[in-house]
Amino acid sequence: MSQASWDAGSEHLLRELAPQVLGAVIRRFRDFAAVEDAVQEALVAAAVQWPREGLPDNPRAWLIQVASRRMTDHVRSEVARRRRETEVALQADQVAPAADAAQDSGHDDTLILLFMCCHDVLTPASAIALTLRAVGGLTTAEIAKAFLVPEATMAQRISRAKRDIKTSGVPFRLPTTEERVQRLRVVLHVLYLIFNEGYTTSAGPELQRLELSREAIRLTRAVYHLLPDDAEVAGLLALMLLTDARRAARSGPEGELIPLTRQDRTLWDRSEIAEGVALLTATLPKGSLGPYQLQAAIAAVHDEAEGAGETDWPQILALYDLLKRMSPNPMVRLNHAIAAAMVHGPAAGLELLDGLDADGGLKGHHRLDAVRAHLLELAGERDAAVANYLAAAGRSTSLPERNYLMTQAARLRES
Amino acid sequence: MKYILMMNCPKTGYETFGAMPQKDIQAHIGFMVGFAKALSESGELVAAEGLASPQEAKIVRAGKDGAPITDGVFPEAKEFLAGYWIVDVESPEQAYRIAARASAAPGIGGAPMNMAIEVRQVMSGPPPEML
Repeated sequence: MSQASWDAGSEHLLRELAPQVLGAVIRRFRDFAAVEDAVQEALVAAAVQWPREGLPDNPRAWLIQVASRRMTDHVRSEVARRRRETEVALQADQVAPAADAAQDSGHDDTLILLFMCCHDVLTPASAIALTLRAVGGLTTAEIAKAFLVPEATMAQRISRAKRDIKTSGVPFRLPTTEERVQRLRVVLHVLYLIFNEGYTTSAGPELQRLELSREAIRLTRAVYHLLPDDAEVAGLLALMLLTDARRAARSGPEGELIPLTRQDRTLWDRSEIAEGVALLTATLPKGSLGPYQLQAAIAAVHDEAEGAGETDWPQILALYDLLKRMSPNPMVRLNHAIAAAMVHGPAAGLELLDGLDADGGLKGHHRLDAVRAHLLELAGERDAAVANYLAAAGRSTSLPERNYLMTQAARLRES
Repeated sequence: MKYILMMNCPKTGYETFGAMPQKDIQAHIGFMVGFAKALSESGELVAAEGLASPQEAKIVRAGKDGAPITDGVFPEAKEFLAGYWIVDVESPEQAYRIAARASAAPGIGGAPMNMAIEVRQVMSGPPPEML
């Protein structure tokens, strides 16, 4: 034992080591659920012993050893219970390399674990829960609270996810070169969903969900350190930072929504904006442009404008043109129409909206009604704008958004 | 996305239910207990509650000084909320499937009751960004 003392930093150390240890022990024993229990026990043992006896020289190896010992005990008792498993267990012990052999691959193990948790075999909700639990190291209670469901429900969701991974036979290794692009896309999507879940619902009384965005940024930052040359990883991290920077300004004291154009820009987080812009500036010249980098670039243009009136809309429109070609989904086309309206006038935007309505992409979606209302208002068509604001309010499934849209309709009616 | 599944029953529903044979009542209760357990195990249950009989229900309004003025249930009300589930699911279709399972709860002789279940989305947080 070294003389290093236990302090607040050691708590962070445990959290950072947890996925590495989990990865190393799963590599050897495969059984996700049992290994997680064993790692939890090792972490508890560390939290009890280390403050008293000082940090071990190699904390990670210590944790792997303790967790592996628990797993060996677990396998032995399983074997005793069901003799026919003997062969399999022995095989695993002989074939898999000892945990210590993977000593310096701790960071790879975190990455493999992330690829495993964010896998196509899981629904997004399951992948999110498992990632927060296994890679993020949040407790089941914390995750349940963040998603406003009972702890028992979340516990079941997580253990089902582990079971699904086990039965699907996903191997514990890094994806091959051919799989890599698709697999990384799923990982980034899950991280993006975690961020959005935290960011979109942090208004008003649900402040505890802030943690989800912080966690998503932390995890994405970790992936960025593991894969510093991947432009889309950097793009996603930049997008999160540039979006998160506006958090304090996007809702009022009662949790009411404040649209981008009316936000108090002095409340924007300058250091997050600076970091996001620096990331983008370093990444964009690399050449492999992707949707996250483009969305980050759009966010950067907004963030760098002194006031709403100074927004460089032609540049935003150019970026949406590119994004629309790359991922022509209805939401991108909707935002593209807004940018077109800001550059060429509301009539141009409204014409693009008609296209979205006609080919069914967003027919009946409240966002289409809301944007149409906004553009009709810009065009001076008051009655039509009021009608569209109300139609959007009727279809919205978000309480703050519905309140916002109803208020817009009332404001315009009385103007 | 979260949905509330509201199980409505006719005003006479409680008496009809009370008049069922014991084994049918037990089968129905067993079904409801197992149903909530299955929803918890599938990671979808947010909340489930059954409500007391409408005989105990009161309609409350604020009086001039803000004090509660209570009244009995209006006689013209034909249906009452008997209980509800809130589920967290990936799609509205999954909420409808769960509602159909609840609707088929066993009644007399174990035959499905096919109760009407009203399914409505629970409001969520705001969208990512608004202009």
